[in-house]
Amino acid sequence: MARKTFVDIGDSSRLYQDEARGTGDQAGAQTPVAAVPAAGARPAYRLIGKRTARVDGRKIVTGRAEYTQDIKLKGMLSGKILRSPHAAAEVVSVDLAAARALPGVLAVLNLTDGRVRYAGQQVAAVAAVNEKTADRALALIKVEYKPLPFVVDWEKAKETGAPQVQSDRPNVQAINDYKRGDIEQGLAEAEVVLERTYRTGSEIHNTTETHGSIATWEGEQLTVYDSTQAVHSVRDGLARALKMPAANVTVIKKYMGGGFGSKLGVNEHTIVAALLSRETERPVKILLSRRDNALCVGNRPITQQTIKAGAKKDGTLTALSLVNYTCGGVGSGDRTSEPLIDIYKCPNVKVDEWTVFMNTGASRPTRAPGHTQGAFALEGFMDEFASALGMDPLELRKKNYSTRNRGDTGLPYSSKGLDKCYEQGANAIGWERRNKIPGAGSGRFRRGIGVATSIWFGAGVPGTLADLVLYPDGSVEAVCGTQDIGCGTRTHMAVVAAETLGLEPRDITVKLGNSDYPYAPSSGGSLTTPSVAPAVRDAGLKAMERLKQLAARKLEAKPEDIIAENKTFRVRTAPDKTIAYADVFRDLRRETVFHGERSGMPNDKFAFNTFGAHFAEVEVDTETGRIRVLKYVAAHDSGQIINVQTAESQVIGAITQGISTALFEERVMDETTGNPVNPNLRDYKIATSLDIPETTAIFVEVSDPYINNLGTKGLGEPPRIPSSAAVANAVYNAVGVHVKEIPMTPPRVLRALEEKEAGR
Amino acid sequence: MTQPTKKQGRGVSRRAFIKGLGTGAVGTAVLPRLLAQETIGTAKGDVPVYDQKRVTFRVNGEAHTLAVRPDETLLDVLRERLDLTGAKRVCDRGECGGCTVWLDGEPVYACMFLAIRADGREITTVEGLAEGDRLHPVQEAFIEKDGYQCGFCTPGFLMTSAALLKRKADPSLDEIKQALSGNLCRCGNYVKIYEAVAEAGRKIRRS
Repeated sequence: MARKTFVDIGDSSRLYQDEARGTGDQAGAQTPVAAVPAAGARPAYRLIGKRTARVDGRKIVTGRAEYTQDIKLKGMLSGKILRSPHAAAEVVSVDLAAARALPGVLAVLNLTDGRVRYAGQQVAAVAAVNEKTADRALALIKVEYKPLPFVVDWEKAKETGAPQVQSDRPNVQAINDYKRGDIEQGLAEAEVVLERTYRTGSEIHNTTETHGSIATWEGEQLTVYDSTQAVHSVRDGLARALKMPAANVTVIKKYMGGGFGSKLGVNEHTIVAALLSRETERPVKILLSRRDNALCVGNRPITQQTIKAGAKKDGTLTALSLVNYTCGGVGSGDRTSEPLIDIYKCPNVKVDEWTVFMNTGASRPTRAPGHTQGAFALEGFMDEFASALGMDPLELRKKNYSTRNRGDTGLPYSSKGLDKCYEQGANAIGWERRNKIPGAGSGRFRRGIGVATSIWFGAGVPGTLADLVLYPDGSVEAVCGTQDIGCGTRTHMAVVAAETLGLEPRDITVKLGNSDYPYAPSSGGSLTTPSVAPAVRDAGLKAMERLKQLAARKLEAKPEDIIAENKTFRVRTAPDKTIAYADVFRDLRRETVFHGERSGMPNDKFAFNTFGAHFAEVEVDTETGRIRVLKYVAAHDSGQIINVQTAESQVIGAITQGISTALFEERVMDETTGNPVNPNLRDYKIATSLDIPETTAIFVEVSDPYINNLGTKGLGEPPRIPSSAAVANAVYNAVGVHVKEIPMTPPRVLRALEEKEAGR
Repeated sequence: MTQPTKKQGRGVSRRAFIKGLGTGAVGTAVLPRLLAQETIGTAKGDVPVYDQKRVTFRVNGEAHTLAVRPDETLLDVLRERLDLTGAKRVCDRGECGGCTVWLDGEPVYACMFLAIRADGREITTVEGLAEGDRLHPVQEAFIEKDGYQCGFCTPGFLMTSAALLKRKADPSLDEIKQALSGNLCRCGNYVKIYEAVAEAGRKIRRS
């Protein structure tokens, strides 16, 4: 196995994490760091941090929000893609003649490079007058495959002699190592040592709206309507794939039915739609099927993580080590070590991570890639270690609390409210009600309470741009090339603009979801709010300065003496001198654009992270192995919350997904066919309304003057990170054995109980 | 409870079988007449011909008469032919409720209901839930309580919720959960949706 040199295997989690850290983005490289204001209490806002109903709520509830699926262009064709049924094969020949001859078929493409590495890989495509004709055309394409040996079980793929998945490298590849201090010495110093192995399965994003794109050309200009989280990156990806100038590509996303990471970057089918459209000179729409969604647009990588750690009897950690084997099919697995490297004070740490290739579709970032699986292992381990040490799990965490990153060996955090999260969360769940000794209860139904910690990046991307356009008639437009993927970005922009300009959110016309608008990063990595909101704020402050200048001239006062209130400017020193907003806006004479930019951060002085602590209460039926979540509390430090209403939804949704992963979700591969057996929403179980309990979301007050001009941090991923771990730890507290593998299906729970019974 | 059955009872549904014909995945010839139609050929060089049936139904109060093929679902007709795209195609096989509409006031999965069976019936979609500019209480409550995120499942949830509240304006939390269990929200905003439905019930009781 090759070591040390990490080949570029498209490690999605690494690229994603680099961007999430704010270090992977070129646009921000030149952005100056803003002057750092003095630390202090949070400013008092009128709208920011309060509850604002979504500005586009009416559109959504009347069914008029336009999703890619809903868009119909004149003369639009239906594009369909033929996919390999084989997990590994040589494509001997592709005969397109019969498909091409079918009336109603306008274009047929051969997409194969001669080799298939997973079931669902694209082989050919057609464009036809309607879906049915396109389907018939696909059936007429004759593909001769020479099936090859394949492997869809990652543990078998790891073995010597397994079918090699990639042509140029073995199935096992090193993707990360990390070392600080001396792990052997740390273990030697320890008074208690424990080793445990945790496993997480492969999740499918299963967005409600399947992936889809519509491409249309006007001369050299390509316009794509895409169900995407990233209009700018899809534009760039299309330009690269089609070898055309990015300036000639426009990507538009109006509304999108869920992404969770699976709609980042350009998709193969989007390129195919563009090619078919170019050939037919008509708009082409490709919508993936639910089955396609399970096969070829991403999944959360499998992990098997072994943690070995040592501590003094009082709980002081002396050593932490992780070996992670991860599998993302033909793509890379996830690095899961970040929480272990960062959260707890520990001088001696060692990490080795390996990815394993197998013949399934490539992974894609899945809401908090790596951290979710990492937290499941680390936080499960902390609970088992607490038992071994005879400590309260929360006390063990507090004992090893850090104020600098890299386990207290690196930079100080710009802000860290994790202690408040522990305290307020524990109070809200009633932490004292837990079993002091895991599994201490009796009877068929056992209850338990668990905790788990969250850490994520979420600082946003310096260099993000937003414009505010002020019109002489008093109207205001906020424009940014970001996208609202369901987090309420339209509303956040309106709230920040309205707050800064002394208006109401409904007064602001928000424009986003178009790659022609000013640059904003992909909506992934919890980047959107801490990138976009500060840029809008910056534009708003500039606009306000200009308005105050105009008002000052009219009122014959100094601009610094002008106060804006109730859509009126007045002079601080002369209360009777006032002028209405309308009169000042009129003096702009033409629409005036104020450019805002999210400034840089003092990355050399601080580490920028979000934090959170989750608490779950569960009941386990020890006869059936069924788990019910009874109550859930999530406490978060994401800095200044922009809109409590939508922030709560982010947290609630992440908890639902965490419960769903903890209990139900797993792609199951059929080793005889190399295809998944559950590529639909009936066999792939996700949580329903019956599974989700009473939930409390708490946002702790933390001020962060260093991170951006609003002190706001990301929230998309942080609540997803500990939510499966908290449920698993509650189960441990209930029954006294950690199930150590998600999803915790009834058979796995029963097996764990049997092992406990047998004293293993 | 008011929501339709989530799962098909046994084996392959008639509709799944018919849909399968389009892609050539034909099993035994239990529907010889339909099979025969499949081989009729093409008209104007474009689309295969099926025996079409003229049906008349009302959608959101407006009468429509159109010829539908036996394999067209109500969802196909609403979305593709009447341009009513509020009902969403999510699983397309009766697993998620994203396409829920009312048929004579009762919620059904439009993806599982063949359009030919809609003859003479009254259909309500999310576009018809409001009365003119006045939103239905359930729509108001979803906005106020943030009962959505990406919004893609929302039309289905609204139709199911409004149907529940027609029967019972003061449902318990448990009844709400039961009634909504045939609708999936992948963003996972169920807790806010419960709150929205309860709030809508209060609005209805007050009015």
